[in-house]
Amino acid sequence: MATATERTAGAGSGRWSAIYRWIDARLPVTEFWKAQMTEYYAPKNFNIWYYFGSLALLVLVLQIVTGIFLTMSYKPSEAEAFGSIEYIMRDVEWGWLIRYIHSTGASAFFIVVYLHMLRGLMYGSYKNPRELLWIIGMLIYVSLMAEAFFGYVLPWGNMSFWGAQVIVSLFGAIPGVGPDLVEWIRGDYSISDVTLNRFFALHVAAVPLVLIMLVVVHLSALREVGSNNPDGIEIKKHKDSKGKPLDGIPFHPYYTYKDLVGVGVFLILFAGVIFFAPTLGGLFLEKPNFEPANALNTPEHIAPVWYFTPYYAILRAVPDKLTGAALMAAAVVLFFFLPWLDRSPVKSIRYRGWLFKLFLAAFVVAFIGLGYLGMQPAQGSYVIAARVLSVVYFLFFLLMPWYTRVDKTRPVPDRVTYHA
Amino acid sequence: MSDEVDPSRRQFLTAATMATGAIGAVFAVAPFVASWKPSARAMALGAPVEVDISKLEAGAMMTVQWRRQPIWIVHRTKEMLDRLQVNDPRLKDPKSENSDQPSYARNEERARKPEYLVLIGTCTHLGCLPKQRFAVGVGEGGPDWPGGWFCVCHGSRFDLAGRVFDGSPAPVNLRVPPYDFISDTRILVGADAAPKKGVA
Repeated sequence: MATATERTAGAGSGRWSAIYRWIDARLPVTEFWKAQMTEYYAPKNFNIWYYFGSLALLVLVLQIVTGIFLTMSYKPSEAEAFGSIEYIMRDVEWGWLIRYIHSTGASAFFIVVYLHMLRGLMYGSYKNPRELLWIIGMLIYVSLMAEAFFGYVLPWGNMSFWGAQVIVSLFGAIPGVGPDLVEWIRGDYSISDVTLNRFFALHVAAVPLVLIMLVVVHLSALREVGSNNPDGIEIKKHKDSKGKPLDGIPFHPYYTYKDLVGVGVFLILFAGVIFFAPTLGGLFLEKPNFEPANALNTPEHIAPVWYFTPYYAILRAVPDKLTGAALMAAAVVLFFFLPWLDRSPVKSIRYRGWLFKLFLAAFVVAFIGLGYLGMQPAQGSYVIAARVLSVVYFLFFLLMPWYTRVDKTRPVPDRVTYHA
Repeated sequence: MSDEVDPSRRQFLTAATMATGAIGAVFAVAPFVASWKPSARAMALGAPVEVDISKLEAGAMMTVQWRRQPIWIVHRTKEMLDRLQVNDPRLKDPKSENSDQPSYARNEERARKPEYLVLIGTCTHLGCLPKQRFAVGVGEGGPDWPGGWFCVCHGSRFDLAGRVFDGSPAPVNLRVPPYDFISDTRILVGADAAPKKGVA
């Protein structure tokens, strides 16, 4: 830990350290660096599941940078939007690359966020004292869904248009104010130039600001309570004479360098998609969206992008508009209540019984299954399957207070287990 | 005057200041919220449209746009109209009691003149455009399909008066826009009463 403590303002001499001292006396650079990095202790037993937080941050930065460059050539108007995307793809130098990074980045964002959330489910990272950290994370997830939806409308392809029509119409299911609310959101009697223009404003300014702010709050809360770990043990319980957790290691350099390995692997896969399969067979960029928006022609088969299809499958599984929309919303909202639905005395799946493992496995299968069904037409056996999996999805949450309480748990060790 | 702080006075002043500030904030937010409503231009572009139906043959449907929504006009035949009553027991709202239509279209045929049906062609579920399926007994509706519309998005079915069948996710019948006949061959879509001839 010598490196961590030695690095203080004034160490060294010469012109650069004089400048550094001058700044440090006026802005708490060293203090911030220590608090966030070199003297922030993270559990030493992180495994592969702990890559996805920093990867989410990386994708956020990628999206912001590529997004800024896209706005320089994109035109948020009904007449020009579709053409301006083609212009970016064909005429702007390297425009195709910037756009494919952005479109692939949207899917990559959800992949890493879903894995990050699954990590939380497995290791009970939402449990006391990290309830608020989890809720802030969920707010990031919801903002991300809004951001992705608004962004999806901007290319003004036919799926953009009809996706917007369907999602905005969902608000019409709210009793009483529904129809007026829908008109207010659209700013017109149907999805139009007005809607596109305001979705653009929300996508490039309003929601990104909210996202960045929430990420800062998420990280602040994390610095306060500290990371959970695969054993679900509070490392702050065992400290040395200097008050440093015995099972903790400084975030920098240990985890910054470890995360760099994750970044490398991620970027290889990411570049593979961008260069060799940017549409990923219609999964990342849907085929009907290569046709301009047409208010008189609904695509034969409407499906949102893959990251929304689990919820979409739940919506379609219900033959009633209001109930369908309500259940779809509930499917997201229930995540917020996890810290209080889980009554288990242990956090990590390592020390939980088979009941929890069974329910979690069923939930993962249901989520992926619904994701698949949401891309299929809403007919026959697909609807039946979607209903069954929707029930499984909700039972994971609704029965959680029961099965986490009766489940047999194993004793949790005092210190983290560490397989070096 | 005493130097001591009067906590209840402080509390009152704090509350009063906060309440005044909150009211001010609501007033400040109102213009921003209102700016999202349809603009004067959007409303002007949503003005009524005149449609010539003289070339619409019996049994056929034409689509025009009003407020960028497809408006279907169907010239129904005698057989089409006769089949409507048969559908009643299979419908969610056969009498159109919970559905959205002008009072003059709240009847069995859902029209001013039975032979001409005028509908807004967006599904009352989530706004997709149902597909025309006028052929009887074929397609997604199965062998007892009486003809109407089928929404491919989420499977809602409607009969030839735009009334929704049981088991569809759409909650109510297709909407009827305000419309009026200017003459026997011209319809004004978007207004309940056409200006009388010779006035304009």
